[in-house]
Amino acid sequence: MTSGRPEEAATEHADHHPAAVELVIRPRPGWIAIDWKELWTSRELLGFLVWRDVKVRYKQAVLGVMWAVLQPLFTMLIFTAIFGKFAKVPSDGVPYAAFVFAGLIPWTFFSNSVTQASQSLINQQSLLTKIYLPRILIPAASIGGALVDLAISFGIFAVILMYYGIVPGWGVLLVPVLLLVTVAATLGIGMALAAITVTYRDFRFVVPFMIQSWLYISPVIYPVSVIPKEWHWALAINPMSGLIEAYRSAFFGLPWDISSLCISIASSVVLLVFGLFYFRKTERRFADIA
Amino acid sequence: MTFPAVKVEGIGKLYDLGKSRGQADSLRTAITNMATAPFRRLSGRSSSEPVEEFWALRDVNFEVKQGEVVGIIGRNGAGKSTLLKILSRIVEPTVGRAVMRGRVASLLEVGTGFHPELTGRENIYLNGSILGMRKREIAQKFDEIVEFAEVEKFLDTPVKRYSSGMYVRLAFAVAAHLEPEILIVDEVLAVGDTEFQKKCIGKMKDISQGGERTVLFVSHNMGAVRALCTSGVYLANGTVKTQGDVETVIGEYLKPNESALRSSVVSKYGIELHDAGIYAPSGRDPLAVVYFLEPCEVRIRMSAAQGFAMAALVVRVYDDLGALVSTFCSCEEGVDAFTMREERTFLFDINSMQLMPGQYSVSVYIYRPHDGQVYLEADSFFDFEVLPAVVPGGMLPYTHQHGVARIVNGCKLI
Repeated sequence: MTSGRPEEAATEHADHHPAAVELVIRPRPGWIAIDWKELWTSRELLGFLVWRDVKVRYKQAVLGVMWAVLQPLFTMLIFTAIFGKFAKVPSDGVPYAAFVFAGLIPWTFFSNSVTQASQSLINQQSLLTKIYLPRILIPAASIGGALVDLAISFGIFAVILMYYGIVPGWGVLLVPVLLLVTVAATLGIGMALAAITVTYRDFRFVVPFMIQSWLYISPVIYPVSVIPKEWHWALAINPMSGLIEAYRSAFFGLPWDISSLCISIASSVVLLVFGLFYFRKTERRFADIA
Repeated sequence: MTFPAVKVEGIGKLYDLGKSRGQADSLRTAITNMATAPFRRLSGRSSSEPVEEFWALRDVNFEVKQGEVVGIIGRNGAGKSTLLKILSRIVEPTVGRAVMRGRVASLLEVGTGFHPELTGRENIYLNGSILGMRKREIAQKFDEIVEFAEVEKFLDTPVKRYSSGMYVRLAFAVAAHLEPEILIVDEVLAVGDTEFQKKCIGKMKDISQGGERTVLFVSHNMGAVRALCTSGVYLANGTVKTQGDVETVIGEYLKPNESALRSSVVSKYGIELHDAGIYAPSGRDPLAVVYFLEPCEVRIRMSAAQGFAMAALVVRVYDDLGALVSTFCSCEEGVDAFTMREERTFLFDINSMQLMPGQYSVSVYIYRPHDGQVYLEADSFFDFEVLPAVVPGGMLPYTHQHGVARIVNGCKLI
């Protein structure tokens, strides 16, 4: 802008009117920066992809969107019966049903998102091999779709809280921040797994198993308090661990475990950055191997 | 204005056939490689196994001026698709660079991202957005798209209930209403019934005759290339063979290929195979390409130094992977074992080319039915290519992806 020859720049602009975009195609070795501008211009496309995912998911089901309500509700009932009632898993003084549901909200979002995101690229190969679009949108759209279910779960949760007469304290104001971190961690892991699944199809089988095991190292059915204190930091490396506990603190006014939350936030950020860069690095080979 | 809208400089694309083509790596090989890497280093061997490499494109250079409509032609495997994929940013080139001035849209397939469960209306928006249109733009052109596709009545029906014709029409209609400055199109004109194909070519003409839009158009349909393009680029074996005026380039492409003019073969029994090739019915020059389902004939001209009795002629057709596709013999086709001396031409009639589009190679043999001994052997004496064509009543052309041969000639409800 400041240097150079302004007249020349102006004529050139006038010549080929619509903003004269110039695109250079060349091999790009190494790490590739994220093209934020491109992502911003394709926000509408992301919207369409999310909308398609949600629409298609419930289109042919008789109960339709009701499934988004029934699924977490049934899971909660089963967990409450088995772990709350029979196994007598402690729940930090909160009714077990509400306790487990508070954990199921972020967990269900995380597990569904990661499972769907990891399959998103190989299930939509034509979007990789027949057209160019910012590929990050494809796994991101799966996660966007899961956000809709998440919103519905929050609605059910409100009803459960009312049923037990639980009034959340001021901490509930932090829930949007927690959500942001949850989405960040999910995006990071989802994108990394989507990218790796394109190269190594083995991950189609690895991911469901991984998610299943992940449930046990996350405090969904049990509170972190059942685990010896000196191990809490290690548990918090799993972002879902610190986050689930934080959601509970926010909703039930339980004491916050700040250090665990900080570890989980840090590991979420690391995962997001890693996921983004790993995706970008492998992206250029997708169409060759898909 | 005559600055280049597309400038391709030294583009090359390398595939290693051992690994990345077609199949994804398996985790096991990756793990084994990782585990054995340190030992390989210890033993001083190179860490990578020799892999077979293949340049799908090599040192491709050309320029396209703004407003020019360029046809990119070449045989199967010449690198056309790879080139389009590079220019569409789907795959990255291994070397070289390309500069595109203007908004680019590419159409390598009709209906990319169409979802069968969604309605026609929904798919117009989804597909339009995937192709790079803004929501507002799609809304503006919505009625035009629907009218072009002739699907008004079925707008709110899921496209999985569409007939294949309706599906393809809708998909093309969305794409045809894109307004990029540079449009890259692959073979999509070969869809729909003849009526719709005419409409598509008409639409493409409108698009290209504005003079503003630059179009890169890949097709096997020389008629369409001739109708639409002003210039052409002929790719062969991954490099540019000819470029320039469209007529010159098409002429070059349709010219009999070298192997059809191969020098004769003389066997140690004194039998000489002068020439052999595939011809249009009573055509004069051998053909390099034949359209799927078109009539043609195989002609073989030979002679023998001394009289050679009880001979039979066998022709074998192999596909590009070397698999034997068909064998035919003069005895079974109506010429009894013969005595060969002076020059004779054998003509095998092909009513309709039932081999699917693809590359084929033909070997010619002379043998004696009673002892089975081969007296002349001319392996891969000539090649020909079958080009895609739409079967009457069909919607999409058969391509090499559909197999080797069409074995059915009708279907009825009983």
